[in-house]
Amino acid sequence: MATTAPKSAESVRTLRTDAWWVQPLLTVLVLTGFIAYATYRTFENNFFLAELTWVNGAWQKSQMYLDGKVGHLLSPFYSPLFLVDWRVMGYYISPAILILPFPLSFRLTCYYYRKAYYRSFFGSPPACAVKGTTKKSYRGEQVFPFVIQNLHRYAFYAAFAFIFILSYDVILSMKYIDGWGISLGTLVLLLNVVLLAGYTFGCHSFRHLIGGKVNCYSCSLANKTKYGLWRKATFLNDRHALFAWTSLFGVAFADLYVRMVCSGVFADPVFVKF
Amino acid sequence: MSTVTLRVFRGDSTSSEFRDYKVETAPGMVVLDAIHSIQKNQDPSLACRWNCKAAKCGSCSGEVNGKPKLLCKARIDELPQDQPIVVTPIKTFPVIKDLVTDVSWNYEVAKQIEPLRLADEGSTEPLRMQQIDVDRIQEFRKCIECFLCQDVCHVLRDGQRKDIFFGPRHMVRFASLEMHPLDTADRRPFLKEHAGIGTCNITKCCTEVCPEHIHITDNAIIPLKERVADLFFDPIAKLFRRR
Ligand code: SF4
Ligand code: SF4
Ligand code: FES
Ligand code: FES
Repeated sequence: MATTAPKSAESVRTLRTDAWWVQPLLTVLVLTGFIAYATYRTFENNFFLAELTWVNGAWQKSQMYLDGKVGHLLSPFYSPLFLVDWRVMGYYISPAILILPFPLSFRLTCYYYRKAYYRSFFGSPPACAVKGTTKKSYRGEQVFPFVIQNLHRYAFYAAFAFIFILSYDVILSMKYIDGWGISLGTLVLLLNVVLLAGYTFGCHSFRHLIGGKVNCYSCSLANKTKYGLWRKATFLNDRHALFAWTSLFGVAFADLYVRMVCSGVFADPVFVKF
Repeated sequence: MSTVTLRVFRGDSTSSEFRDYKVETAPGMVVLDAIHSIQKNQDPSLACRWNCKAAKCGSCSGEVNGKPKLLCKARIDELPQDQPIVVTPIKTFPVIKDLVTDVSWNYEVAKQIEPLRLADEGSTEPLRMQQIDVDRIQEFRKCIECFLCQDVCHVLRDGQRKDIFFGPRHMVRFASLEMHPLDTADRRPFLKEHAGIGTCNITKCCTEVCPEHIHITDNAIIPLKERVADLFFDPIAKLFRRR
């Protein structure tokens, strides 16, 4: 038997011996990378629609579109498409700035992302049983600005609309000057919508609204139906973290793909035309 | 036979130290076995609370290498043995002696939660419920009151905000009552104003440590937060309610 340091458990930040810091670090790196890329693309205000090209201060039909080599392939960052000619101090305002707040507020107030960034960016707590920034004055989501998180359902309503907008984009991507076709770009946009739908319909607010708020499921036929819907939302909700990350990568990849096609890095392979 | 070193917290809330004990290991041994071996062979003054040794009574909560765990469920062969295994009491509650803590605050808090209120209190008819109505709340009934979730929750552990937050275990209790098909009470104002549901920032440590694998955050706390939002944070729903 021997007495050893540390003298008391109070004096140390954590007694954990595993690499608890890896997960918050990875979260910071991935989210920062995404934010940097999304900010760059938002302000780039170019290479978002394969059908058009920016020539001498105006949008024109691109040569690849006129040749029937690409369809109406639109980046999700710039969807729904609206072309504006607004300038502030000589700079064109990107329409993406007006679109971004919707998906951004959805992800910022998402219960899963809240966990991810409260842990990694705020250190509250950085990992379980690791002392972080939480102090005696802690109030959490009771106070401004965090109390706003309670409005998450409103961000969900907007995100819900985006599923339809982006699905419409998948259809439009098949529209060529000389008919219809399916390209790799179409599949990339489709994958993006599928991942986003998995994320959106696994939302806790949706799960609540669709049936979670009911107490007695057997009490009426309507409630029985709600139970079925709640079960389905729960299936996705169990995988919410997975969809949160894959859909984040999915949307960045879809944008990058469109950007590369638009900027001529490679041609969008067309599988069938009809 | 191989041995392992246990570095055990000794003392109480006012003075404490760590002491090392060498213990012979056996196949399938758990930390509680090692503690019992110390009590029997080396130091009978070592205090530890336990009852079932089957992860069912919730008495033996502690921390092993800094992680909140049931000592009777923490297998020695799953821990690195080239370094001492550090065993401490749960941190959120005052230490009475060694690994025994005073968790009575939890029972005081539990008394403040309005119990099940049936529409027809006087009825002697048996309660009839369908499986789909109790699917959700059955998960919450698994709670063994080990208070590991209360221990790990940073609001209680680091912030020491027992004055404004009841903690995850009691959120589970609230959820089991609020989602009950026959309950008629509305605990949402109390949840917001007194139980402090808004202080939880859903960082999920309670879920990570729960030995009963209750999805505390996803299935109890977040649905309760949504119910509180229905009443207090949804201006459009409010408009419809007034009509
Ligand atoms: S999710 Fe909430 S209740 Fe659970 S540990 Fe985190 S802050 Fe505490
Ligand atoms: S919810 Fe889980 S961790 Fe919390 S007291 Fe109950 S069994 Fe223990
Ligand atoms: S989108 Fe994650 S909880 Fe709503
Ligand atoms: S002794 Fe009963 S839970 Fe460990």
